[in-house]
Amino acid sequence: MTETAAAQPTVPPESPSQPALVEMRDMSIAFGGVKAVDEVSVNLFPGEVVGVLGHNGAGKSTLIKMLSGAYRPSAGRILINGETVEIHNPRDAKKYGIETIYQTLALADNIDAAANLFLGREKKTLFGTLDDAFMEHETRKVMGRLNPNFKKFKDPVKALSGGQRQSVAIARAIYFNAKILIMDEPTAALGPQETKQVADLILQLKKEGIGIFLISHDLHDVFDLSDRVSVMKNGKLVGTVRTQDVSKDDVLGMIILGKEPEAPDASMLN
Amino acid sequence: MPRTLPSLISLVGLVVIVAAAFWYWLAVAGVDFAALSAAGQLDEGSVKWQCAYLLTNTCHTGLGQLVELGESFGYQPLVFWLGAVLLIVGAVLMLTNKSQRESAGRVTAALEFDTRLLGMVGALAIIWIGFDIMTDGGFLTARNLWNLSVQTSVVAIVATGMVLVIVTRNIDLSVGSVLGFLGMVMAVVQVEILPRGLGVPPQMEVGVLGLDFTIHPLFTIEMALGNAYLWIVAVLAGVLVGALIGLFQGFWIAYAGVPAFIVTLGGLLVFRGAAWWVTSGRTVAPMDPTFQDLGGGIGGSIGATGSWIVGGLAVLLFVVGAIRERARRRQFDFPQKPMWAEITVVILTVVLVLGAVQIMNSFYQPERTVATRIVDDLLQEGTALPDGGVTFTEAGEAIIATLPEEAQALATQIDDRRSERELVGVLADWPGLERIARGIPIPVLILIGVALAMTFIATRTSFGRYIFAIGGNPEAAVLAGVNAKRVVLYIFILMGVLCAIAAAVQTARLNAGANSTGTLLELQAIAAAVIGGTSLAGGIGTIPGALLGALVMQSLQSGMLLLGMDTPLQNIVIGFVLIVAVWIDIVYQKRRK
Repeated sequence: MTETAAAQPTVPPESPSQPALVEMRDMSIAFGGVKAVDEVSVNLFPGEVVGVLGHNGAGKSTLIKMLSGAYRPSAGRILINGETVEIHNPRDAKKYGIETIYQTLALADNIDAAANLFLGREKKTLFGTLDDAFMEHETRKVMGRLNPNFKKFKDPVKALSGGQRQSVAIARAIYFNAKILIMDEPTAALGPQETKQVADLILQLKKEGIGIFLISHDLHDVFDLSDRVSVMKNGKLVGTVRTQDVSKDDVLGMIILGKEPEAPDASMLN
Repeated sequence: MPRTLPSLISLVGLVVIVAAAFWYWLAVAGVDFAALSAAGQLDEGSVKWQCAYLLTNTCHTGLGQLVELGESFGYQPLVFWLGAVLLIVGAVLMLTNKSQRESAGRVTAALEFDTRLLGMVGALAIIWIGFDIMTDGGFLTARNLWNLSVQTSVVAIVATGMVLVIVTRNIDLSVGSVLGFLGMVMAVVQVEILPRGLGVPPQMEVGVLGLDFTIHPLFTIEMALGNAYLWIVAVLAGVLVGALIGLFQGFWIAYAGVPAFIVTLGGLLVFRGAAWWVTSGRTVAPMDPTFQDLGGGIGGSIGATGSWIVGGLAVLLFVVGAIRERARRRQFDFPQKPMWAEITVVILTVVLVLGAVQIMNSFYQPERTVATRIVDDLLQEGTALPDGGVTFTEAGEAIIATLPEEAQALATQIDDRRSERELVGVLADWPGLERIARGIPIPVLILIGVALAMTFIATRTSFGRYIFAIGGNPEAAVLAGVNAKRVVLYIFILMGVLCAIAAAVQTARLNAGANSTGTLLELQAIAAAVIGGTSLAGGIGTIPGALLGALVMQSLQSGMLLLGMDTPLQNIVIGFVLIVAVWIDIVYQKRRK
């Protein structure tokens, strides 16, 4: 195995002895000759939040869709707890405890919250029919935790507000005991209060030992929540830094200029 | 204006409508109380007798007077219109008042009525009553409603599948051609292929592991016309070919990525051509006698007792379902539907189901059919004497004793076909001839089965859930791990099977396999689904809606036929109705937002 320079810049974790929860190594994918992601490596440890930052079109979402099984990489490996795994489709990803909350939320607007929460993983009765009562019960439980004011269990998701839709998408991700959570622009469509709720939830999930990828084009959305940030530009990884070592301006520089900060000391002076 | 006035007006309107409908039902049932009670022909204890008693003797005030009033006008629907006007006025008054509007909304919400379906039922009621008035009471008769139900079944069977196809944002333009082709396949299989045989001996001895089996004649290939299993094999052959056609088209759509519009447009041409090609355009007739029953002909209904049993089972199923749903919701501490709402829905369902059965049972077999049956029974018991006359067994004598004098004389002298026909003619004209109710037609029974199965698939299985998820957001469904391609493939296979079932009904009804069968059916099925609230944008649609849509379409057609309207004009009207129906739906959807 040849470790290229591009694969290296991952900052060592706090406890290097432990294998990474997820490691994406030298991931590449091309769409019609355009390299959307080019030899990018990132990793994530249990109880850690890693922000994946970059402009629109930097390749963040594409990178993460390879992990969630929506795209198949043309090169690269995915390791979970140190072991190479094959992820061909979203079901494979879910099998490894990888749950994704997409920027679009990926909800079927015409069916209700419970149907969305269990979509693809319906609970059946003894006769093989849908156990809607059980699913509604479980949905009421998990939504009660995330969004106690939520009452529209019978309405199609279309009838819900942005924040309510977001909580349905989050409920779907956490209900099935996710170990790895991918959140693509989790707060882009939310008001300040709902953003605060999502932030609280992230801290809570982190405490439970779940590893979280936060994908955003807006530094301010994720900087305070993240332990580390990986910055991408034009499909390539600019670098990964610990947020406690750098300032927001440093990371902003990485996003805009595509260069790593010179040295930790220099950043302290800014 | 006092707050309760609008609801009071609506309530009075509703009561008047129900009363008028009740009275209508009696009229449909063909009861002339005064005449019957005068002739002493009312069978005490029968439902009709009870009703007649209720109306003419007990309630001489109120409902009974209402009937007399209507009869004195000689124009029954007047009362109905009175009720309808009151109801509409009350409803409009309620809707103009905000708090009233909200309480009305709460009532429909508590009853869990689909407002869209409710609107369609209203439209259907207006169409039916409108035609009834225009045809001077010719539309709402047991005969016409019975025929209407049979005519609706073919389109409705196909429309239930079309709903699922459209919900996944696809379309199937080929159903009419596929139906024509499958009808030809079934006709040729039962009339030409099976009776001729494929050279396989009728019984085969098979030895397996030292055991000898004789394969039942069902599994051999040679069958005479009239063989009890012939129709099953013919229908199964059609279903199999239908599934294969669905597999073929579904593959191109789901896996090759060719738009459904194009694939099924091709299918429309391919299978219409194939239908011609099966026999080079020759019409195949007649069909096997048992197969003919699938079309709802003379023998194609289940009689009065059978119909009441089906109706009773339906009611039982519904009540048990409602009780189980309540228990389930209690188990999880969910909010319950209010008891009054539950009871109202149950009562409405029971009235609707049993009313429908009563109408089906009020249409009788033709007198000639009944008379022929009696004569046939009689001849079974008779032996021709060498010198002309007939001698009868005791059972035969018993039958003769029930006949009118004129017929008795004829019966003892039957000696040839001509005298047999004469006897049938005399019996057919005999007013005392037993009236045999037709009951639920077999095509309608098939439709009920299909509709139940399709509703189950759409609402109770994960396959159905995926269909709707794909229609709502295909990308989200795939990201949730749904194999969308396979779901679409299965839907088209299902569509092929439904086409085969509809083809069996249609071919049996025509009693012939003709290559033009099912022409333009695809457009009727799509129209039925769309009028029934299926959104062409995908994700929205119900099976009951499609059934109602098919019924609306067929009612329009049947009514215009009764009015003697020309076919081109019928098409013009139906075309406009389709456009207006979808427009109303769009307006309604916008209002709700």
